[in-house]
Amino acid sequence: MASIDKPPIVHPGTRRNSLGLTIRDYEGSMSTLCAGCGHDSVTAAIVHALWEMDTQPHMIAKLSGIGCSAKTTAYFARGAHGFNTVHGRMATIATGAAAANRDLLYIGISGDGDSLSIGLGHLAHLIRRNVRMVYIIENNGVYGLTKGQFSPSADVGSTTKRGDPNNTPPIDPMSLGLSLGATFLARGFSGDKQQLVPIIKAAASHRGLALIDVISPCVTFNDHEGSTKSYLFTRQHDSTATEADFVPVQAEIVASVPPEGVLSVTMHDGSVLRVRSVPSDYDPTDREAVAEHLRQARAAGDVVTGLLYIDETSADLHEMHDTVSQPLRDIPFAQLCPGSEVLAGFGAR
Amino acid sequence: MVLEKVVPALAGGGSGRVNDLAIKLANVNGTGSSSANNLLMQAFFRMGIPVSGKNLFPSNIQGLPTWYEIRVNAAGHTARALDYDVMVAMNANTYAQDIAEVRAGGYVVWDASWPLDPVLLRGDIDYLGVPVARMCTESFRSPRERTMMQNVVTAGALVALLAIDLDTVSNLLAEKFAGKDRLRDSNQRALMLGYDYAREHFDCPLPCHVEVMEGTADSILIDGNTAAALGCLYAGVTVAAWYPITPSTSLMDAFAQLCRRFRRDPVSGRNNYLILQAEDELAALGIVIGASWNGARAVTSTSGPGISLMGELIGLAYYTETPVVIVDVQRAGPSTGMPTRTQQGDILTCAYASHGDTKHILLFPGNPAECFDFAVRSFDLAEQFQTPVMMLSDVDIGMNDWVVPRLSWDDSWVPEHGPVIDAPALESRVEAYHRYANPNADEVSPRTLPGISERGAYFARGSGHNQLGGYTETPDEYLEVVDRLARKHAAAASAVPPPQIERRGARTALLTVGGCDPAVREAIELLATEGLRLDYMRIRGFPFAAAVEDFLADHDTIFVVEQNRDAQLRSLLVLETTVPKDRLRSVLVYGGFPLSAAEVVDSVRTQMEA
Repeated sequence: MASIDKPPIVHPGTRRNSLGLTIRDYEGSMSTLCAGCGHDSVTAAIVHALWEMDTQPHMIAKLSGIGCSAKTTAYFARGAHGFNTVHGRMATIATGAAAANRDLLYIGISGDGDSLSIGLGHLAHLIRRNVRMVYIIENNGVYGLTKGQFSPSADVGSTTKRGDPNNTPPIDPMSLGLSLGATFLARGFSGDKQQLVPIIKAAASHRGLALIDVISPCVTFNDHEGSTKSYLFTRQHDSTATEADFVPVQAEIVASVPPEGVLSVTMHDGSVLRVRSVPSDYDPTDREAVAEHLRQARAAGDVVTGLLYIDETSADLHEMHDTVSQPLRDIPFAQLCPGSEVLAGFGAR
Repeated sequence: MVLEKVVPALAGGGSGRVNDLAIKLANVNGTGSSSANNLLMQAFFRMGIPVSGKNLFPSNIQGLPTWYEIRVNAAGHTARALDYDVMVAMNANTYAQDIAEVRAGGYVVWDASWPLDPVLLRGDIDYLGVPVARMCTESFRSPRERTMMQNVVTAGALVALLAIDLDTVSNLLAEKFAGKDRLRDSNQRALMLGYDYAREHFDCPLPCHVEVMEGTADSILIDGNTAAALGCLYAGVTVAAWYPITPSTSLMDAFAQLCRRFRRDPVSGRNNYLILQAEDELAALGIVIGASWNGARAVTSTSGPGISLMGELIGLAYYTETPVVIVDVQRAGPSTGMPTRTQQGDILTCAYASHGDTKHILLFPGNPAECFDFAVRSFDLAEQFQTPVMMLSDVDIGMNDWVVPRLSWDDSWVPEHGPVIDAPALESRVEAYHRYANPNADEVSPRTLPGISERGAYFARGSGHNQLGGYTETPDEYLEVVDRLARKHAAAASAVPPPQIERRGARTALLTVGGCDPAVREAIELLATEGLRLDYMRIRGFPFAAAVEDFLADHDTIFVVEQNRDAQLRSLLVLETTVPKDRLRSVLVYGGFPLSAAEVVDSVRTQMEA
């Protein structure tokens, strides 16, 4: 089925951001996902965040792999280039794109099968390279497009729609990220846009790779009793670690001293992220403590959400490789070619 | 078939030949023999004598047999020789095999620190014993020097025996160890130990020896991987990604080295390039696709196993029409195969890489000079046709030193980026932009780069798409795009490097590809002396140019010389031209060592007689 464009009708009273764009300008084509799919809510949160951040649509590049999640890159930011790549390999293509032009905002949308199964190796190395991008895993525990097989994020004991139990232990992208040196880890729930939007905004301002795991229920194949990735289960077991508040660069920071229990992080682009810990002793800058918190929560059957870990001090891909500040693709050829005289010296007697 | 018989035509007279000899050095790897081999190569080259070096090395770091063959030939024949005037036998484990390979009237230089088993003695060759190990033990203190200097002592003996210019060799050592006086002195001392010993004990020079000539004045000595890396540098590559694999690793090593020298921003001192060692070959190509999609010139280099892994993404680049350049330095397959041995075994895999209907542009350099030229050209072709371009080199071209014409560069050259619509053009155009619409004469639709303008935004996808770039599962819309891709590939036939053709009015021809070139040319000369006149064509690009079809039509019998078991080039010719299958015969040499003229001559003669 061909993609369907949304009718470009704008209500006269619609609010505009500082670029004069309405929220509709950040939308894409009509979703072809199932009604009630968590992914559509994630798309809505992305649209909202981009609009609020006054992002120029053409300065965004959207990338995805294969699966239901991969389709969603067509559903937001129609003014941006998109690349729907192949299964599991989006991380590699995003790495190359970021290498060529460090000025764009890269948004990668993946799924639990795409990232944690076929693409796990690439995700691991994307984390190691700290490629500056927003990487969202729309995590529903199943392969939706192939009709309901378990994905590697399915919990032990959870069942398929038919009732078959999963016996294989899951891969948790947040714990994985902690062990591989990820510099920004957050978990959201597609049903909680209020929590997700500031997280996406903070991710877009992060210095390196921002990995966001969003529990995004599959209404068709994994929203039943026995699923641990259903709307009901996630609502009942949501354990908020932090609440994030994002202050953009332009905004006046009213209270310079954050209230007690609130961590204030100046992001790469100068914006400020304020993180309030819900368990008051939760420290999103302490890698070991966060890992321990996640371990305990998993044992208790809780789904920890919020901004889980942040490190704004580590070098990103370009800093590690000491590249020029100009996008590599924009360097004039004259500066790249050493010329005939130099060549004449090679291999000569 | 692997041919074992050596034709007498090559055996020539045993004595008194000047600037026409083959030396084979048998060593144990990991003992520093390669720098001594290099020293000899450079010395011959500086003396102006056409020379080639074939490194027959194991896939191992230390302890296994390794050989290096040097052929000097005033007439410029530098393919691998199969019979040796001088065997430098320094590996007791391979004495029997090495000594058996010496031609009648030839010489064995061996380490006389220990006695030679009498069963190894042949009556038709001379044995020149040099107590290499003993001299090194007596003259050097550290165990490392005692091992490493043995190769230099041997080189010194060869300098005397073959009348290699001593000053030239001493100068080479001085240049190599400039600023490292102690190392230079040790090497010079070792050189003279061998040199003086040979002068005292043997009748120097031997009847077969070398003399200064002017045969390399406008030439350089270079390996194909270094030349290809230079091509990437000059073409303006800014992003490179790779995964370590023999025999392509030295290409990326060379590129990194070149970038460190020539790609530092003069103002900031920071890098005008980014080289990524990827987690696997698949990722390497993914990185290249992403960078190219985003408008940078990007490259990956690999070998056969990497091509297999890249298959999936080659298809993505093909279908999304993203320009990418892949250098495949071929090695002997299948599977892991023989990583340090040469073969032309990826021709068919590369031509049709990835599932579904795919066809790719291939370039076949025949020597390091063409590695440079074709590397530069591959980026233009990739952008001009918005498709993967694969340059197929091999172990022999990529890792061995060849004497080739000096590389030249036209300073007015600028990259050809193919059809790309820039921001002003997008902003001023009235009609909406669609990615796969409005193709040019080459059937290529203009692309736009991310980050330029909202009006140029499109959604690239490996899934079925129509000419607007939208998702489709409708037959007509799907066909419109894939049929254009087929026409686009065909259009590239006139843009790839044309075949190299030499016509002599013959009805029989030799046709070959890549690094077989020098051996086949030499074979043509040898067969001519027997009264067999042959035309010649070397394929340099795919899709095949019209000249290929014409040449095939003009000959009754065409021997296709290639280095693989399954006659892959012949198969490609049968599939992609109208040539009747029975006109094409095969000469196949695929044991893993570089081709020699003798192997070609022998096979052609046998088939002609049959």
